[in-house]
Amino acid sequence: MATVTVRPPAAPEKARATERRRRRRRSAWRRQLVALAFMSPWIVGFCAFYLYPILSSLYFSFTRYDILTDPVWVGLDNYKFMFTSDGRFWTAVGNTAWVVAVIVPLQVLVGIGTATVLTRVRRGLGFYRTVFFLPTMVPLVAAALGFVFLLNPGGPVNAVLGFLHLPEPLWFRDPVWAKPGLALMATWMVGQTMIIFLAALLDVPTQLYEAADIEGAGPLQRFRHVTLPMISPVIFFAVVIGVINGFRYFTEAYVVSKAGDWDNPVGTPQDSLLFYTSHLYNQGFEGFHMGYAAALSWVMFVVIMVCTLLLIRSSRRWVHYQGGFR
Amino acid sequence: MSAASVVTRRPVPPAIRRRRVLMTVANHSVAIALSIMFLVPFAFIVSTALMTNQQMGSLSIWPSPFKWSNFTDLFEFFPFWRFAWNSLLYAGLGTVGVVLSGIPVAYALSRLRWRGRQLSFVLLLSTLMLPVQVTIVPLYIVFVRLGWIGSLKPLIIPLFFGDAFTIFLLRQFFMTIPQELSDAARVDGANDLQILLRVIVPLAKPAIAAVALFNFLYCWNDFFSPLLYAGNNPDTWTLAISLQQLTQLSRGILANLQMAASILFTLPVLVIFFFAQKVFVEGVTLTGVKG
Repeated sequence: MATVTVRPPAAPEKARATERRRRRRRSAWRRQLVALAFMSPWIVGFCAFYLYPILSSLYFSFTRYDILTDPVWVGLDNYKFMFTSDGRFWTAVGNTAWVVAVIVPLQVLVGIGTATVLTRVRRGLGFYRTVFFLPTMVPLVAAALGFVFLLNPGGPVNAVLGFLHLPEPLWFRDPVWAKPGLALMATWMVGQTMIIFLAALLDVPTQLYEAADIEGAGPLQRFRHVTLPMISPVIFFAVVIGVINGFRYFTEAYVVSKAGDWDNPVGTPQDSLLFYTSHLYNQGFEGFHMGYAAALSWVMFVVIMVCTLLLIRSSRRWVHYQGGFR
Repeated sequence: MSAASVVTRRPVPPAIRRRRVLMTVANHSVAIALSIMFLVPFAFIVSTALMTNQQMGSLSIWPSPFKWSNFTDLFEFFPFWRFAWNSLLYAGLGTVGVVLSGIPVAYALSRLRWRGRQLSFVLLLSTLMLPVQVTIVPLYIVFVRLGWIGSLKPLIIPLFFGDAFTIFLLRQFFMTIPQELSDAARVDGANDLQILLRVIVPLAKPAIAAVALFNFLYCWNDFFSPLLYAGNNPDTWTLAISLQQLTQLSRGILANLQMAASILFTLPVLVIFFFAQKVFVEGVTLTGVKG
């Protein structure tokens, strides 16, 4: 700024030009300040609640720390313990993988199925949509308690199964049947996924179906070659969200495990409901192994980032966006 | 059916008409069967909540005397209103915070041109992907040092510093408002704050209502964070926590009272849902298709 005034007096137009440029620069600077002022809540929040925690949890993950005494640097010990000697870690990883591998496809299938039914009824669409969506409105804790009751060994579901002369599993009391019980509950709460699929299905242009009909495609071919490519972005979205939700899977399992008896450890029965977050909760907030919990959360951070990137990269091959870009 | 469509429609051959009727019947049967499967859990839970203790032992499904007093008996050992007040504080104040902090940020991300906007938006989107569990350990330690554990502060105060999901949805909506409206206001001498408050916010009321509702329900239902921060202090339990801890409050509580408590907890949510159904369905669709 000061250099401008030192310059020898220029021709009037030139002076006006520099004046204009300076004013423009000043207004750009002002705009920047205004924008930053508007952004300030998020900037503070991002630094305090994301940037700082992620970095400092990286530090804590190399320490042994119980909050009461100062953290002690232990190098890679937490990670070494996690991958080589913590059996429950692998149990939790296995259970989480089970949830992702079973519940996510189940929700996508049932979501597409119920949404397809909805596209085929004309009268009463609003009613059916409300009914299918209603379960997702039930708070998770209440829904989990409800399913603990529905699936208790002498409960209504087993009464129906017994009436039909089918085997009556012990559900949440049996390590083999506990996760399928949770899958049943997740299927009941498919409404959100269904609504998104419904919107996508209704967005498919009818001309495409007509063209397929003219070329003699059957219903299955029509689904495979028209519907599926058109709704693939939504399938992609549902899979990404499903994978992330797999990692934060906690509430249902916690409520179910503790429903039998308050003293039940997280993961009851026999660690069959011990999920990744359950393990993290156990280590950090019941055992106060903060360093180890930080290591667990860092592994979770890296895996989620890698999964999301992989999903986004692989999506180029199978997600079809309207407009022909592949 | 309007007159025009009747005129243009050719008579349908009876064979095709018969097939159409059959298809409609088939579709509705499937839809009704599915509806029953989705509704049966509700039916069992409500009927259980109305049963007497003796009936709980039997295998009958229909409550024979309807024991409505289950709902009032509940209050004797379950300070429902105190927990409801905590839930209301968390959800209400949290929603105020999320909306107040989200609106200006969404405005800067959608309607102002400045350096670093793209970067900020990418960072915002990446935090959208991160579950709370990733940052929970250091935050817990900070809240311990601040002496906030056992209070509602760790739940509410962070919400006054922007929530990624809210900001994202508001930004998507702000983008759809024509730029000419802001330009006109600017010509009339309005600054950005005035444009935001007098032009954008009035136009974005439906979107603001939607994010407020989403956030209210998220907080009302939230379990993980309240369990961490308020777990040991019953004075700050929210309803979600207290419901889960009912088994501890009175050992051997029977399922009928537990179901009654669950219904009391769920009812406000369902009432909100029925009054604002359109907001929900449209909001969920917006996140899915445009996200």
